[in-house]
Amino acid sequence: MADILQLLVAGLATGGIYALVAIGFVLLWQTSQTINFAQGEFVMVPAFFVLAAMKLGGLSFPVAMLLGFLVTVVVLGLLFKRLLVDPIIRHGVLPLVISSIALAIFLKESVKEFYAADAQPFPAAWATTNLTVGGAVVAVQNLVIIAVAVVAVAALQYFLAGTRTGRRMQATAQNPGLARILGIPVERMILYTFLINAGLVALASFLVSPIYLAKFSNGETLGLVAFIAAIIGGFNQVRGAIVGGLLLGVIDNFVAAYLSAQYRGAIPLFLLIAVILFRPQGLVGRVEERTV
Amino acid sequence: MTRARTARVIAAAVVVAAIVAPFTLKPYGIYLLSLWAVMTIAAIGLNLTLGYAGQISLAQASFVGIGAYTAAILTTQGWPLAAAFVLAMALCFAIGWLLGYPALRVQHHYLAFVTLSFATLVFLVLRNEEWLTKGVYGISGIPRPTVLGWSTQGPVDFYFFCLGVLALVSAATWWIIRSPWGRAFMALRENPIRASSLGVDTRRYTLMAFAIGSVLGGISGVLYAPLVQFIEPNAFALGLSFNLLLMVIVGGSGYFYGPFLGAVVSVLLPEWLRFSEGLYLILYAVFVMILMAYFPSGLLGLAEGLIKRAGKPAPGPALPTRDGDAS
Amino acid sequence: MNTWIKSTLAAALAIGTAGAVAQQTVNLPIVIELSGAGAVSGTNFRDGAVLAIDEINAKSGILGRKIVAPQTDTQSNPGVSRAQVQKALDGNPYAILGPIFSGSVKANMVLAQQAEVPQFTGAEAADITQAGNAYIFRTSFGQQASMPKIANYIRDGLKAKSVAVLWVNNDFGKGGRDTFVREMTARGIKVVADISTESGQVDFAADVVKLKGANANAIFAYTNEEESARFLREARKQGISTPLIGETTLLNQKVIELAGDAANGVRGHVGLSAEAPIPAVKEFRDKFVKRYNYVPDHNGIKGYTAVYAVKHATEKIGKFDRKLLAKTMHGLTITPKQEPGILMETTWDDKGDIDRISFLAEVVEGKQKIVQTLPKLGK
Repeated sequence: MADILQLLVAGLATGGIYALVAIGFVLLWQTSQTINFAQGEFVMVPAFFVLAAMKLGGLSFPVAMLLGFLVTVVVLGLLFKRLLVDPIIRHGVLPLVISSIALAIFLKESVKEFYAADAQPFPAAWATTNLTVGGAVVAVQNLVIIAVAVVAVAALQYFLAGTRTGRRMQATAQNPGLARILGIPVERMILYTFLINAGLVALASFLVSPIYLAKFSNGETLGLVAFIAAIIGGFNQVRGAIVGGLLLGVIDNFVAAYLSAQYRGAIPLFLLIAVILFRPQGLVGRVEERTV
Repeated sequence: MTRARTARVIAAAVVVAAIVAPFTLKPYGIYLLSLWAVMTIAAIGLNLTLGYAGQISLAQASFVGIGAYTAAILTTQGWPLAAAFVLAMALCFAIGWLLGYPALRVQHHYLAFVTLSFATLVFLVLRNEEWLTKGVYGISGIPRPTVLGWSTQGPVDFYFFCLGVLALVSAATWWIIRSPWGRAFMALRENPIRASSLGVDTRRYTLMAFAIGSVLGGISGVLYAPLVQFIEPNAFALGLSFNLLLMVIVGGSGYFYGPFLGAVVSVLLPEWLRFSEGLYLILYAVFVMILMAYFPSGLLGLAEGLIKRAGKPAPGPALPTRDGDAS
Repeated sequence: MNTWIKSTLAAALAIGTAGAVAQQTVNLPIVIELSGAGAVSGTNFRDGAVLAIDEINAKSGILGRKIVAPQTDTQSNPGVSRAQVQKALDGNPYAILGPIFSGSVKANMVLAQQAEVPQFTGAEAADITQAGNAYIFRTSFGQQASMPKIANYIRDGLKAKSVAVLWVNNDFGKGGRDTFVREMTARGIKVVADISTESGQVDFAADVVKLKGANANAIFAYTNEEESARFLREARKQGISTPLIGETTLLNQKVIELAGDAANGVRGHVGLSAEAPIPAVKEFRDKFVKRYNYVPDHNGIKGYTAVYAVKHATEKIGKFDRKLLAKTMHGLTITPKQEPGILMETTWDDKGDIDRISFLAEVVEGKQKIVQTLPKLGK
């Protein structure tokens, strides 16, 4: 019984990480039709901004974290939108997909080339202790991640539904043309989503890097799982990211423990295919009108 | 007709270069050329599925893998490569056809994810089913074939073998594109609903696009195995799929010669850029991003735009068109 | 900068010449993992080799000829490594150094063999020296040499009757696991858990849960650096008290750094270590740290000793003859007295396998401590 609890908790913890990464991904897609294949790398990079600030700038960890956060929001939010997405999206979805794949390669190789190829320890911003709950050992770190993910989603939901800016952003997502006619500054709304995504990935990075260790290749697995989590949960609902992420984390653990370690990676893929083919709106998503 | 004439002249020059080049190069250079030929075949397949029929597939590497493993397993057991070609083509056609079914239900990015999942699953099977594929240990000692008494063991001989297969594949693809099938594919890409209303069996052509594209991937794999003479599952993972996708897009999606050019950029360019001490991937990525921002129809689209501007006296902006579009 | 200039020059030389060996230099290309999964190992190997090359060149080279060593990156990819070895062979090399990844070596060693060029590799997979290749030479123990030593320790030192093995699912991990299981079975020790993990895996909770359930007397963990660190942390977190045993990598400085406290108490066999209690090795370590600003791992020693092995064997022959070099290497023993650069007495057998002393170590308070020195398997 303790085993099952341990697996469940560990799964939820890892799932929380997936969820955090998936949230921004879903947000970008919802509001600006941007599929960001580099989302995993976006989570990998902020940690290196912090490490670089500490190593090269000699800054203390808290200051470096703040600086890293700001740099991330500017580079992965503002610059990403202005320099990459804006020029490309007018050509269609496929060029943007290709560019984000190229961006992923660019970020990965740059970190490897200009910082380090091996894994770097990353300091944790809070206690690294463990709790024991019913025979299962849980790292406080992991509980914090789950909590942050839930709070982030709740805050986002409130922001999107409860504030004026948020509702404007939703309108932009649903029908940019109409939104423009209604006087909503569409460009600015889309910019906000990019900034929010950048903030989210920075947060995710600071939370997971102490556990994952900062390494240039972190983005690969994280990115792929984030996409799967987003789609399984429901691509058009931010809530879906949480559901998808947690579900994937738990399933992965149970499959690895009780079914097959060698094929543990296959189950999420089967789920993905099944969801896409039979329930494309995801588990908690709304049914989308299929545009002609 | 200037555009077509220019294209033909350039094509002829390239063919001549391709035949003469190996005699001026060391084994390494010949190996690179052979690799270019093999990758071009796979890219042509993907170009058919994506460029002409508009179906995005991130699974092309899996078919290269299926072809390669078929060839490796058969030839190391003493079967001739011809048998591998037949079996690989049949397998890839069948599996590619099946892969087309999801494409009937979803489009674009959803299809990308489905094919991506398929690609990862194939990789897992190749890696875990040791009894068949020798798993992570890989299959080594893959022999090069003897074609009608001509041994392709040497680098130059094998290169010409690859070049020959590439020529056959190109001719076949040219014929397909010029045929009613080709036109049906392009109708599918541009406007599936209108195509359907005009009586084009969109279901059949979607499945066909996947099947044929996959067969070409398989052929590429059957050549890849004796070229490299050692294969293992990692070579056929997502990385290769992305590489092939980039090849098609950079060369020019939907252009007949796109894959050839794309493979040059992907296989030969990293080699030229190697002197920038490992920065070549970074530069390549930047190059792709700039290309997508300003020349999304790839290098051939860019070239076409330039030629058009040179040929036409009218000062209007030249919109890049692809093969088959109304000019 | 020096290396860059040298390698550009050497590369230009290799490509430009019509195949004739330049008279004043010895061409010793390094084909190694400088990017991808093997980047850290490859960089260590390269840096060790370059250190040796510069030392030798400062003292008038090998038989009066300076060593020129163009470096190429295999990208940890067997297909690329094959192409790079082909490229190196086109330059008419005297011998080839690298790669480390077993998959890459298996892909390209046939080429070197056909060209009759000796190849000094850092790979450890058992089957590399079982393919009848007279031109392949190891620079560290193959798994078929290291696993028996661990197996003996588990049987005699720990007196274990059952063991669990956790391994990474690539050719390195699987090869190690297969050899290990064979050795365990031969000694009548039961393998009660056989857990495969992924390269790059982050979450080891499920695997540790399985290990706890297996109740083995010892746990043998054979995976790469980061995964080892993550595994150790998870094992510590879930309170595993069974002895954790490893082979070189698990007791690596990098793993200790990443795993922190969780690495303490880990024991294992270490074939090569920069922490070995041998003066020559200490001296090498200090030279390395002084030049490169980081502590070398066992791959640095592999690269360093490979170059010195080539030097010594060539001086023994008295001339540059590739075939004769290969023949001489088989059955050769080099002692530090004859050649200080070899650091420890090393013997090569007729298959290219290596025999040396090795060590049992334990991680104590964040440092790898050599606990026992094990003699060579032969004599």
